[in-house]
Amino acid sequence: MTQLGYPILSTVIFLPIFGAILISLIKRTNDTFVKWTALLISLITFVLSIPLFSSFDKTTPNMQFTETHEWVSSWGIKYALGIDGISVLFVLLSTLLTILCVTISWNSIKEKTKEFYAALLLIEGSMIGVFCSLDLFLFYIFWEAMLIPMYLLIGVWGGPNRVYAAIKFFLFTLIGSVLMLVGIIVLYLYTDRSFDILKMMTMNYPYNMQIILFWAFFAAFAVKVPMWPVHTWLPDAHTEAPTAGSVILAGILIKMGAYGFLRFSMPLFPEATKAMAPAMMILSVIAIIYGGIICLGQTDLKRLIAYSSVSHMGFVTLGIFALNVQGIQGGILQMINHGIVTGALFLCIGMIYDRTHTRQIEDYGGVSTIMPIYAAFFMVFTLASIGLPGTNGFVGEFLILVGGFAASKTLGVLAASGIIIGAAYMLWLYQRVFFMETNPKVQGHPDMDTREILTIVPLIILVLWIGIYPNTFLSFMDASVQNLIERINTAGLAQTAQQAIEVIK
Amino acid sequence: MMNIPFPDLRPVTPELIMTISATMLLILELIFKNKGILAFIGIITAAAVLYTLPMSYGETFGGMFISDTYSTYFKVIFIINLILTILVSLKYIQRQKAEYGEYYSLLLFATSGMMLMASAKDLIILYLGLELMALSTYILAGIKRHDIKSNEAAIKYFLLGAFSSALFLYGISLLYGMTTTTDIYKIAEHLKTTEATTTLLLSMILITVAFSFKIAAAPFHMWAPDVYEGAPTSITAFMSVGPKAAGFAVIGRVFYIAFQSIQTDWTPILIGIAILTMAVGNVLAIVQTNIKRMLAYSSIAHAGYMLIGIITGTNEGLGAMMVYLLIYAFMNIGAFAIVILLEKSSELEIKRGIDIKDYEGLAKSHPIVAALMLVFMFSLTGIPPTAGFIGKFNLFMAAINAGYTWLVVIAVIFSAISAYYYLRVVMNMYMKEMKEEAAISLSPSLGLAILITVIMVFVIGIMPSVVIG
Repeated sequence: MTQLGYPILSTVIFLPIFGAILISLIKRTNDTFVKWTALLISLITFVLSIPLFSSFDKTTPNMQFTETHEWVSSWGIKYALGIDGISVLFVLLSTLLTILCVTISWNSIKEKTKEFYAALLLIEGSMIGVFCSLDLFLFYIFWEAMLIPMYLLIGVWGGPNRVYAAIKFFLFTLIGSVLMLVGIIVLYLYTDRSFDILKMMTMNYPYNMQIILFWAFFAAFAVKVPMWPVHTWLPDAHTEAPTAGSVILAGILIKMGAYGFLRFSMPLFPEATKAMAPAMMILSVIAIIYGGIICLGQTDLKRLIAYSSVSHMGFVTLGIFALNVQGIQGGILQMINHGIVTGALFLCIGMIYDRTHTRQIEDYGGVSTIMPIYAAFFMVFTLASIGLPGTNGFVGEFLILVGGFAASKTLGVLAASGIIIGAAYMLWLYQRVFFMETNPKVQGHPDMDTREILTIVPLIILVLWIGIYPNTFLSFMDASVQNLIERINTAGLAQTAQQAIEVIK
Repeated sequence: MMNIPFPDLRPVTPELIMTISATMLLILELIFKNKGILAFIGIITAAAVLYTLPMSYGETFGGMFISDTYSTYFKVIFIINLILTILVSLKYIQRQKAEYGEYYSLLLFATSGMMLMASAKDLIILYLGLELMALSTYILAGIKRHDIKSNEAAIKYFLLGAFSSALFLYGISLLYGMTTTTDIYKIAEHLKTTEATTTLLLSMILITVAFSFKIAAAPFHMWAPDVYEGAPTSITAFMSVGPKAAGFAVIGRVFYIAFQSIQTDWTPILIGIAILTMAVGNVLAIVQTNIKRMLAYSSIAHAGYMLIGIITGTNEGLGAMMVYLLIYAFMNIGAFAIVILLEKSSELEIKRGIDIKDYEGLAKSHPIVAALMLVFMFSLTGIPPTAGFIGKFNLFMAAINAGYTWLVVIAVIFSAISAYYYLRVVMNMYMKEMKEEAAISLSPSLGLAILITVIMVFVIGIMPSVVIG
């Protein structure tokens, strides 16, 4: 049982799933009731997840709030949950963003509302499940199960090209995932039929096996992140998804890839990680620069933000594979930052799209005179995306660059140039949309209403909070990141030591 | 006077009940106008057979017939197949004007044939069961007498079926020539002491080809799409599970026991067939426009996955194949039940409700039906938390444990490709606008069949302990 005396993680995972079932039982015509139920469920889930934040013990790298039950005993599968400093913030981000996804969709989803909110809550439950699973089988179930509602979310409520985007998203992730499944089975058989992640982390694996498994897991995680060159599903999926779908995709779903590297690839295959780190860092830097340059050529608002995600996630993987404390902490923090900032940008674009029904940048211009409040909010997120000091983006990118430089000076310099490209495309975007001549297409639209402001304000607070006092959040991961680095640095040594002992015997 | 001992009938009780009931149905058909009663008797028979199965372990007929856990497991699959088929047939064959009394009788005969095949310890019994099953299904495939496609299906099935039976006979006659016995276990003993000759390999290849026809494995799958399309959909559901399972039961028994000594020779052949089957099934399914043809190719692909279980050469692999068959029975019949639900009885070639296009907008007009079809499609793809995932996982685990990781990598890639055509159905249901209101024809028995299958898909998916171990 947990330190709280009740299974908090199970509650947070299954409350949304239960809510989804509840919603599917509501009468179809009763849209308002559906929406309020969804909002209520997501709010309760968020409130229930707060103890994870307040009761979290920051001094230990061990798993907390753990729950373990037998599930499929003949296969050695357990229902095991727990979180540490790496995963705790993602759980909170998931519960928070889901509320915002409900409120932003309030008026824009008019068809099949029931299915929409049910799918949204199903995604929330399985996302949290991914971050909490301590059993590889359970993890895989959540990892794959969320593809179904996400596929529907993009394909049913998305933009004009949604069907293509949805199937592309599904096939890319599925091919990556099934290769990981093969890796999982190989690992399972090697560890005497155990899916226990914590047990797997204490074992040593032969070097060649580590390399092969590293690439098998890489297939799944790299597609999700997405790393260059398997990023091509992302611009389509982000662009065509409804606003809530884009927020979930950018905010949480693509973090699952980087989280996978941290939770599985690195502690399970430490020597392979060390050997492959340079390759991973080079791929990351390519993503940073390539993603940034592509952004400069975009004519579609959402597509631009989508490609900027490729670039930002490049920073994240660069930090992670720098394999030092600053890099990894920066990587984790930047994942949270990216979830907040890009999530917010997609929310903002969704708001203006609801008014103008166009995503073409050339259809905008002079928005700041028509919607001044909106323009102010957008400015904050633009600056955070660029990484202006005082916003959260700066802290994350700074830590990553410190870590990156320590690992490789050349790559550090190249990555830093990505920030300049980032400033170029974001400021240019802001200029084209908010300044210049007022486009007739944006004339006469009302500024943000209370619902929209309430949706955005929590994110503004977080942007400034992390920007000014990042320690609130960094302190969560200290112990876990230290522990992870130790595992990577000592793994090879432990094995050699063990071999030496055997020789002596 | 010669004293011939009366054979012990206990091990064949299930088969006896099934056969007697099938014969009775032929007579009762003349008495009862309401064919529903015949269906009811069929289900009672199935239940009775299921009840007697655990009590039937043993050998009889001088060791020609064996009832063991292996055969019992397959018989359970056959009975499930039979019950579900009867449930989906009830109103459907009325609508299709194919409600002849022989229908249920033939279903029972076919099932007893399959049961004989699973229990055969002797190649002669095996052949007997095979023909009983095959002849019954030929007729069933063509039972829509006035439908030209149904006729074509029956003829095609018959010609290719007869051809494969002949190959099988040729194969076993060669075996008999070498070993002077038709008992599978004695053949095994005999082969252990002899070198693998060309004749033996020829015999093995002939038997492989014959059963590749039965399980619709490439390159001997060509009959399947045409027959599956032409036959009444209820029979398609029946054929896609029953004869396939029976074929696998025989392959398991013959290859693991009789041909155990030449395992190194049959493994590469089966690997080739398995890869080709997965490729042909999955790739050709993508271009199908008719849902029955698509499901036919999908069932070819699934035969490919199941062959991997045989290829492992381990009991774990064999067990995984059997679990997969059981899961496949539920999800595949479930999918066909939805097809039946939407199929119209019109004589016209178009708008019969069996084109994938006819599923457009189904989520709007019939959200529950669409959601159920979605479950079956994702289960066939192998996405958790459905039974299809557990089946694949179990199978791949056994194969990797036996050292066939590379084969599993090929299999998972193909199963990812399969997502494309299963999702096309989902896409049509959820993401396309409705052109014409789809009419559904729900009957209580069909509803019950769908309910059973969908519950099993989830129960096995979430609590796999019910089928493994």
